[in-house]
Amino acid sequence: MAAVISLFKQAPPVKEEWSACLAGLGQSRDKSEYGRLFQHFAPRVKAYIIRMGMTPANAEELAQEALLSVWRKAHMFDPAKANASTWIFRLARNLCIDRLRREKIQFYELEAEEPDPDDHHAGEHAVLATRMAESIRTLPEAQAQVLYLSYYEGRSHSEIAQAIGIPLGSVKSRLRLGFEKLKQVWGESS
Amino acid sequence: MNIRHHLDDATLMVYAAGSLSEGMSLLVASHIDRCAHCQQRMRQAEAVGGALLEELAPVALAPDALDQVLALLETNAGSPEMQTPVRVRSQDADIPMPLAQYLNKPLDELDWRTLVPGVRQLDLRLGGPGATRLLRIAPGLSVPHHSHRGNELTLILRGSYSDELGRFQAGDVADLDEQISHQPISDSGEDCICLIATDAPLRFSGLMVRLVQPFIGL
Ligand SMILES: [Zn+2]
Repeated sequence: MAAVISLFKQAPPVKEEWSACLAGLGQSRDKSEYGRLFQHFAPRVKAYIIRMGMTPANAEELAQEALLSVWRKAHMFDPAKANASTWIFRLARNLCIDRLRREKIQFYELEAEEPDPDDHHAGEHAVLATRMAESIRTLPEAQAQVLYLSYYEGRSHSEIAQAIGIPLGSVKSRLRLGFEKLKQVWGESS
Repeated sequence: MNIRHHLDDATLMVYAAGSLSEGMSLLVASHIDRCAHCQQRMRQAEAVGGALLEELAPVALAPDALDQVLALLETNAGSPEMQTPVRVRSQDADIPMPLAQYLNKPLDELDWRTLVPGVRQLDLRLGGPGATRLLRIAPGLSVPHHSHRGNELTLILRGSYSDELGRFQAGDVADLDEQISHQPISDSGEDCICLIATDAPLRFSGLMVRLVQPFIGL
């Protein structure tokens, strides 16, 4: 184990490299690569799971399970379809729904061999991710708030309406406005 | 499939965030299954989730967490997962793939219950505060005028209907909330069959409906 640990002391990859790292892991099954992914993503996944309503003790266990799943599914990761953060977000989200609500929610999946007009090079995804992060930071407070409540706390429209005391219609229009701004990252306005 | 009516951005976002109920997610997945336009927007909404994951302040794991997981990698618990499970074959061309997993027969052979003459339903009994059901409306008939306390999603599987908002045909989705009151009329030569998911009970207007509502449980 000591040899593995020493490899983690390299500087962590910059954001853009995580997708390459994850795609490489699917082929190489290299434990030191896995360790680097783990150290970056596990604390974020744990933070996400806590926000979704799990106790810290359960979140620890579930975060470890989520990261084990990253290892088990890495060969299915396609960097043309999503970046590493998005792929890991989906995995953590599905695990939370499964454990917290005991529901099997269906999420649309493109078949692996299905051509997708929306495919991008990993490099393009990285640029998109950077622009999206900037865009999120400049969202007006009212729009950022509804975004956080749905993505970080898993709340429905009506739960958000109740939580911040605004009508259902306003929750939806704030989400739409926020999404409209974030979608401009892809260079479209509709 | 020529789809004219799509999901609201606000619906796609909460779906991607994982905050929609099972029934509403089922309906969204069933529409997206056949709609390239919404597929693309859903990818974008999931990318928002990925960006937000990066924005979270990290919470440290137990000091030995990595070692514990590394120890599992070579065991059965760490063995690579098989590719996406084989998709269930749909029993009926009008049933989208995600819905096929909840139904065991073609639409015409399902165990329909008559609500009022010409209107039949099948409750998927998914639980939660709202309801998820299939509704089958004979040509020319209408669903009583109603509004909603929360959100109501309707996906047309076969036939078509018209209401104050337009004409909805197979593949189209009506994504409505409490601001909208409508009275859909089945308007083609065949039964209009749709999947409806709500996150709160519907609100009907009119005396006849108040008499009928307790029985049909809409
Ligand atoms: Zn659509």
